[in-house]
Amino acid sequence: MSELLVVEDLTVTFPTSRGPVDVVKDVSFAVGRNETVGIVGESGSGKSMTSLAVMGLLPPGATTRGSIRLDGAELLGRPDREMRRVRGEQASMIFQDPLSSLNPYYTVGLQIEEMYRAHRRCSRKEARAVVVEALTQVGIPEPERRAGYYPHQFSGGQRQRVMIAMALVCSPALLIADEPTTALDVTVQAQILGLLAGLQRETGTGMVFVTHDLAVISSIATRVLVMCRGEQVEYGDAEQVFAAPRHDYTRMLLESIPRIDDEVVL
Amino acid sequence: MSDVLLRVRDLTKRFTTRGPYRRKNEFTAVDGVSFDVRLGETLAVVGESGCGKSTSARIVAKLMEPTSGTLEFDGEDITHAAGARLARYRAKVQVVFQDPFSSLNPRHTVERILMAPLDYQGIAPKGGRRAHTRELMERVGLDPDHAHRYPAQFSGGQAQRIGIARALAVNPKLVICDEAVSALDVSVQAQIIELLRRLQRESGFSYIFIAHDLAVVRQLAQRVAVMNKGRIVEQGPCEEVFRAPGDPYTKTLLAAIPRINPAWDRRRRAAR
Repeated sequence: MSELLVVEDLTVTFPTSRGPVDVVKDVSFAVGRNETVGIVGESGSGKSMTSLAVMGLLPPGATTRGSIRLDGAELLGRPDREMRRVRGEQASMIFQDPLSSLNPYYTVGLQIEEMYRAHRRCSRKEARAVVVEALTQVGIPEPERRAGYYPHQFSGGQRQRVMIAMALVCSPALLIADEPTTALDVTVQAQILGLLAGLQRETGTGMVFVTHDLAVISSIATRVLVMCRGEQVEYGDAEQVFAAPRHDYTRMLLESIPRIDDEVVL
Repeated sequence: MSDVLLRVRDLTKRFTTRGPYRRKNEFTAVDGVSFDVRLGETLAVVGESGCGKSTSARIVAKLMEPTSGTLEFDGEDITHAAGARLARYRAKVQVVFQDPFSSLNPRHTVERILMAPLDYQGIAPKGGRRAHTRELMERVGLDPDHAHRYPAQFSGGQAQRIGIARALAVNPKLVICDEAVSALDVSVQAQIIELLRRLQRESGFSYIFIAHDLAVVRQLAQRVAVMNKGRIVEQGPCEEVFRAPGDPYTKTLLAAIPRINPAWDRRRRAAR
């Protein structure tokens, strides 16, 4: 498989009053086209920092070592001006809380249009047609009308659909989804997971799915990276990680999940 | 039945909001809800956001007045209890909230937090405040030497243990857990679930466990009430409801729960 994203020995360091702290230590993984790789871990494991590093969105002060190659081109060390071209065009990201990622003062149509026009030369009219198509693709009903709505006029699940439409409007090769369904109800989560899987089949986008929820990962990822305290605990095929975990931490995580189908002695 | 601790009948809560041009909008958050909580049992109330589960819990905790309906606790009608009667009720019914850091006063030490329910009741603990604090902390698995620390000095799981210890301070008969383990990492969540189960075994109080996560509910509750749009669509023993859901909404909810590939799970367990 030709890999789309290759991360090698990534280390992210933050300066603190007690000296530098590695929040991500020597993490390596790869994502193929049309593939979903899951990054799982508990809070503070470094999973979000890893995905932010790929996007070049680390907070100021953070330093990185190692290598992140997208389509063969090194991303680490690129100036922000160039990373801005990469973001949206080649790699996009969606977050846990779409309401805080969207601007409450602008209609969603305008925000998606802005994203598209930042990367493509086209008239506003052409861009608007793209917006309506993007909203249709993510299953927003009456897309022409809803493009004129503000973020607060959508439900949580629909807002996440809007974010997905915005992230995919320039057909990036890579989508990073950081806990995109964590804030959603289970039935809505199931719809969004279904939508992402469907879009991936259509477009062949490579996906990094960051979550604390192992059950969600098991339903969508082909490869899994387990992180704990910034370190890569385990990395392998989903089947291997779930059926025959090599590390005690992975096993502990898997045993901790409450299971709906289990016999329980109360 | 004589073993019923709490009897809730036809509970309804309507909210009025004002829309554009001062147009009145009525919203029924809880719509004719009835359930019983028996002595020593755990009743789970589950549903998705906006289904009315937390509003129901707040009414039972007497943090909110219902629009109509009745609450009967230990045979006494407490729907409109106030003053001394309300204080007596609060000595028997305690709440554990979702976010320990916003429900614990950041400027108070653990000892002051744990003694607050007793201070409200005007009770002096037997053996003194220090000894009672130490005992409570030990019961929930906290180091009693940390009684003079502040909430911020604890991890999320430890802070939730403080919240649980506070609920136990007055020796309640009913503990309402409103999404008490939802904000925790899975490994910590498993520990808190185990703690809640152990405390119930030791003290024999009842729980109303409000949650959106059915798998968590499965670990804790004997009976479950499923809510949707303000109504209870189905209630019964967990075994029955989860194994053979009768209501279409319950079926949808159960089907939507992400599961680890069962074949992988079996192989991993067999290898142990």
